[in-house]
Amino acid sequence: MRETAVGKMTKPSVVSKKKWNQKILTPYLFLSPFFIVFAIFMVYPIFESLYLSFTSAQGNQAEWVGLENFKNILTDGLFWKSLSNVFIILIVQVPLMLIIGTLLAVLLNSKFIKGKAIFRLFIFLPVLIDLVTYSIVFTLIFNEQYGMMNYLLGLIHIDPIHWFSDPFWSKVLIIIAVTWRWTGYNTIILLAGITTIDDSLYESADVDGANKFTQFFKITIPMLKPILLFCGILSTIGTIQLFTEPSLLTAGGPNNATNTPIMYLYQFGFQSFQFGYASAAAYIITIIVGIISFFQIKVSKGGEI
Amino acid sequence: MKGPSFLKKSAGYLFLIIASIASVYPFYWMFVGSTLSDSDIFQSPPKLLPSGEFMNNITGLADSAPIWSALGNSLLISTIFTIATLYLCAIAGYAFAKYEFKGKNIMFVIVLVTMMLPHQVTLIPLFKMIIGFGWQDQPQAVILPALANAFGVFFMRQNMMSIPTEMIEAARIDGASELSIFHKIILPTSLPPLAALGILSFIQQWGNYLWPLIILQNRESTTLPVLLSQLVAPGQVVYYGQVLAGTVISIVPVLILFLLLQKYFISGIYGGSVKG
Repeated sequence: MRETAVGKMTKPSVVSKKKWNQKILTPYLFLSPFFIVFAIFMVYPIFESLYLSFTSAQGNQAEWVGLENFKNILTDGLFWKSLSNVFIILIVQVPLMLIIGTLLAVLLNSKFIKGKAIFRLFIFLPVLIDLVTYSIVFTLIFNEQYGMMNYLLGLIHIDPIHWFSDPFWSKVLIIIAVTWRWTGYNTIILLAGITTIDDSLYESADVDGANKFTQFFKITIPMLKPILLFCGILSTIGTIQLFTEPSLLTAGGPNNATNTPIMYLYQFGFQSFQFGYASAAAYIITIIVGIISFFQIKVSKGGEI
Repeated sequence: MKGPSFLKKSAGYLFLIIASIASVYPFYWMFVGSTLSDSDIFQSPPKLLPSGEFMNNITGLADSAPIWSALGNSLLISTIFTIATLYLCAIAGYAFAKYEFKGKNIMFVIVLVTMMLPHQVTLIPLFKMIIGFGWQDQPQAVILPALANAFGVFFMRQNMMSIPTEMIEAARIDGASELSIFHKIILPTSLPPLAALGILSFIQQWGNYLWPLIILQNRESTTLPVLLSQLVAPGQVVYYGQVLAGTVISIVPVLILFLLLQKYFISGIYGGSVKG
């Protein structure tokens, strides 16, 4: 974090003691409304959840069971299934989205493309739609019998795809849906990053005779690396936390092929009210998210720069 | 300097056009579908032009589900949340940006750490707490927990760092109180980041699904996304024309807000991501 231009309090020589006390108290008063809410609804739940994860809490009764919940979750095939589902989805989806997003951002920044404002507006639109609404719309577009997608595939003589009843294609459906929803969001961030790259870098590359292809890999990608990393981490974390799309599009099916860890947590926490067990699941997810973020940052720092 | 070849330019346009169609088509289909009868929605080839069933779908929807109260609940929750979170984040962000005080660093680190945590970790204790308060099915059950908005504080702090300290000092010398400096100088100079955070917060709360699904189970008190998801839940006949009319109701306020505040929205997404 940068610490620039922090206001210094001038030491009062003439100001009364009362006023000086006021000055010391001011920042705490300013922070207190936020921190009261934050303590009650964020900090306390984080710790209570940790406590609950070591208990058999179900409804209001709770008994200390040590690591029992963690042991049961980590030996539950369904939990591993849900975890492997999101990993399969994210390994395909995150790079795919970042590649499309980078290409779109480069094109939207290009001097040689006309009508950029309208393209930009269109490409950003999916950012606005809420997850439930677009999941419903996608249910219809991918309807196996009447949907637009299978109709278009039919035009090029591809048999209707079983988007909802085939374990492989249901994952593909989730990948397409998530990519549709989030590519524009990442394009916004990448585009803002590209505009900060100094034009003179490209000009001198032109003078040196480097073609656009080389320039893209030698200038654009390295300069965008921190932003790509940021987008990658955010998307990875977001995918691990998938809930709405698989709930509405595929209901976790078929045969749990699109079940996710958060759906697992939801089922145990809010359908069978096993608070202890669900809290342990939440902590396992948190730890996984933490390890992945750490790992991604580490890997990227290991590169050049 | 010569531009790229005709072929490369065409490939670029083609890519942009395909991406644009793919981005816009689901919106287009949503609007078209909301004007179709159910038998027209399930046609092959799919219908691409609107018909005249929109009002029928809306009245049919309003008869079978409390869509207007869901719209009201969504508007109420998102609006109150947005206004409250802007104020709390602005004043806390200002304290972090422009004051020196004991415990500042540790407090800021705590804010940053919770920003990174998956928030599902708080769901179970929040559920127990809200039930204990007797707030189930009430708007504050969604609004208050969302006000623990660590990202918002971080965002406002980053933006307020660049406010010149001399401006604040000058007002102090003129005898302005600390609170009136915040209200009369800091808030007005921070309008662009406030607008950016405001539109982001509103849209995020508008689409909030998991927590309202858990805590607002009563159909009369729930929000649009939860109600819509109940309408397509398995094990019942789904009237897709009506549901699509419902999705149109849910997207229109966001589209209007976006068209009014587009540039703040985009700067908000960017500003929240790379600063710091």
